[in-house]
Amino acid sequence: MITVRKFDAVIVGAGGAGLRAAIQLSEAGLKTAVLSKVFPTRSHTVAAQGGVAASLGNSEEDHWHWHMYDTVKGSDWLGDQDAIEFMCRKANEVVIELEHYGMPFDRLDNGRIYQRPFGGHMSNFGEKPVRRSCAAADRTGHAMLHAMYQRNIKANTQFFVEWLALDLIRDAEGDVLGVTAMEMETGDLYAFHAKATIFATGGAGRIYYSSTNAFINTGDGAGMAARAGIPLEDMEFWQFHPTGVAGAGVLITEGVRGEGGILRNSQGERFMERYAPNAKDLASRDVVSRAMVTEINEGRGCGPNKDFVLLDITHLPPETIMKRLPGIHEIALQFAGVDALREPIPVVPTCHYQMGGIPTNFKGQVVVPGKRSQNEIVPGFYAAGECACASVHGANRLGTNSLLDLLVFGKSAGESAVDEMKQSPKPHKELPTDAFDRTLERLNRLNTQKDGASVHETQLAMQRSMQKHAGVFRFADLLKQGVQKILEVQKDVERTEIKDKSQVFNTARVEALELDNLIEVAVATMVSAEARKESRGAHVRDDAPDTPERPDGRDDVNWLKHSLWFKDENRLEYKSVNLRPLTVDTIALKKRAY
Amino acid sequence: MTKRILKFNIYRYDPDVDRKPYLQDIEVEVDATDRKLLDALVKLKAKDDSIAFRRSCREGVCGSDGMNINGTNGLACLADLSTFPDGKTIVLRPLPGLPVIRDLIVDMTQFFKQYHSIKPYLINNDPLPERERLQSPEEREELNGLYECILCACCSTACPTFWWNPDKFVGPAGLLAAYRFIADTRDQATNERLDNLEDPYRLFRCHTIMNCVEVCPKGLNPTKAIGKIKDMMVRRII
Repeated sequence: MITVRKFDAVIVGAGGAGLRAAIQLSEAGLKTAVLSKVFPTRSHTVAAQGGVAASLGNSEEDHWHWHMYDTVKGSDWLGDQDAIEFMCRKANEVVIELEHYGMPFDRLDNGRIYQRPFGGHMSNFGEKPVRRSCAAADRTGHAMLHAMYQRNIKANTQFFVEWLALDLIRDAEGDVLGVTAMEMETGDLYAFHAKATIFATGGAGRIYYSSTNAFINTGDGAGMAARAGIPLEDMEFWQFHPTGVAGAGVLITEGVRGEGGILRNSQGERFMERYAPNAKDLASRDVVSRAMVTEINEGRGCGPNKDFVLLDITHLPPETIMKRLPGIHEIALQFAGVDALREPIPVVPTCHYQMGGIPTNFKGQVVVPGKRSQNEIVPGFYAAGECACASVHGANRLGTNSLLDLLVFGKSAGESAVDEMKQSPKPHKELPTDAFDRTLERLNRLNTQKDGASVHETQLAMQRSMQKHAGVFRFADLLKQGVQKILEVQKDVERTEIKDKSQVFNTARVEALELDNLIEVAVATMVSAEARKESRGAHVRDDAPDTPERPDGRDDVNWLKHSLWFKDENRLEYKSVNLRPLTVDTIALKKRAY
Repeated sequence: MTKRILKFNIYRYDPDVDRKPYLQDIEVEVDATDRKLLDALVKLKAKDDSIAFRRSCREGVCGSDGMNINGTNGLACLADLSTFPDGKTIVLRPLPGLPVIRDLIVDMTQFFKQYHSIKPYLINNDPLPERERLQSPEEREELNGLYECILCACCSTACPTFWWNPDKFVGPAGLLAAYRFIADTRDQATNERLDNLEDPYRLFRCHTIMNCVEVCPKGLNPTKAIGKIKDMMVRRII
């Protein structure tokens, strides 16, 4: 039994992107449902630490065009320059809006928002680090998420808390008409029939064994989209954050290095000086992570197993640490057992962010290749935040651009949906007769599975495969084996079994359904990575070495293009990168150095 | 590294199959990579997938995994396994005072209703400036110790007054949030906010028992915030 409920719009996910989109729709007076599998302030945006980028110029001269240049360079030229210009130009507006919502940003003496330096953010087209990251201590994501939830309370947004979206509803013409969902408390099934469906479901960092991500980051939107025939873009690009706490994986913000923290190897050397003479510890994340792994691989790691490096802030004034990095002090104590005032923190590159996702344009509309163009709009479907690929991060995201992404594109997806409904008001399209089939089949299969695979074990097998075969450095032979391995894991995912058959808050069932989504992302990642025969940004292969024609292994002749993975037969297509910004000149291709 | 057997005594109740709640004894083996209680719970769930609890960030910022651990409210992801003595059973109960949905999962409706009742959003009716509203570092510092709340409900469900009057007493989490907005120089609704709490129950039922301060996993002090609101109430009268 599936109960149908009608709304103008349904938003799936109540993290930063979902809440920002919800503000837009609720304040426009549209009947909006926001579905979230956790209470909104438990969404993973809450864990963001270091800040949100905007060229406010509160401490020194800054310009959105410089920010745009840094973002294109950071993306290793795989980002679409129209979307990047759009995001960087909108940054001041959306950050000021947040302040008006009540976000408790730290302040400068003149009362303006405090800004700190961050990796890859430079002044004057790459010259020297600039203070661009707007921060609330090292709890920026928490402060932001709560401020946006609070604004939604004011706007009377209707939340469906602890509801798990299950599948996308598309009709024969390919239009998106809503989602099916399960109320977790009762196990009851519903369909949300909507004129606009906005995915803001976050990333899928839990495909890796070692991840900074929350348990809930299971790629639900990507999985639902893939099952409904929507391709996933650039899934080979995963960001490994340089500083996850060794062993625990918990994030230590780049803001620590922004405030003056230094990475050191077993000899106490500030090794980043060798890899990035200009930006040093504040080089782009992919660059720093590779440097760290190289240090460890060459025997200069720390600890009894020489398997981590040290993040040192002991030279900073204790007041600075307690004022600007109080959360880090707490995390280091809790998860590394060190007092960061006195001892360095053991850190290791850890899976952190999904650069790829559901393909969209800069208006947040989902686009797929069609007969007329490589970017045809899917009517009724929008996506924003980490689940989407606009593409602003390309092959490597800059720190603080993720919080900016979810604000800018959460807002623009909301605006696009509002405009569409106001400019050409239409009744709801009729639901197709097979609208619930996929959901019912999945649930029926799971509920009746005998002699199946354990959800826990299967998930571990997936995570270990991803970790081994698609890590910081990638190897042609390991990627090839990785594809076989992950396809084997996929077979187990199709026969997972749960012992718990209860209808009431069945978390075993939720985890099994989440694994259905994770595996789509894992397969997409492995297949796309195996196929991309170059090094670019976070995707670096042993068989694409640094040569004069292909600096750092980047092959612009053959590979300056986006991957599109289709679930159907693991098919790959490619589409060109948009090198044409909206108003300024193209930021021309060049070798990336920090 | 060293392996260790942990013994648990866990509150179990699934209204779909159980006529009434019961306590289950169960053991699980953990190793040196399992630092926190949540790590052990994840291993337990791999053994018996019917044990239900909430969890997400596993680093103490999302507020999902509040529970009653050996008689004290706390977050499972911050409870260090090394602090549990060898061989001694770890007793896990749902947060007290709220209806149980299942096992360690409580119905938090009442808790959030109280949070929403204090209008937890900035109220400022001036025309919006083009840039940020200005606030000095000192003014901003007033919000420290207030804005960091993660709504885990450890405090309110440790408060006897909240147990007795969850519908009438706002509770420490809600009152901390109320003071967070009162203390914000950008907010213009102080009087309205005080009016909203002017009632025998909403604020004044706090008897300074201070359980909230003891259990807060973020080290916040709701009692202090409540005291400040009470002071403002008194000063408003005289």
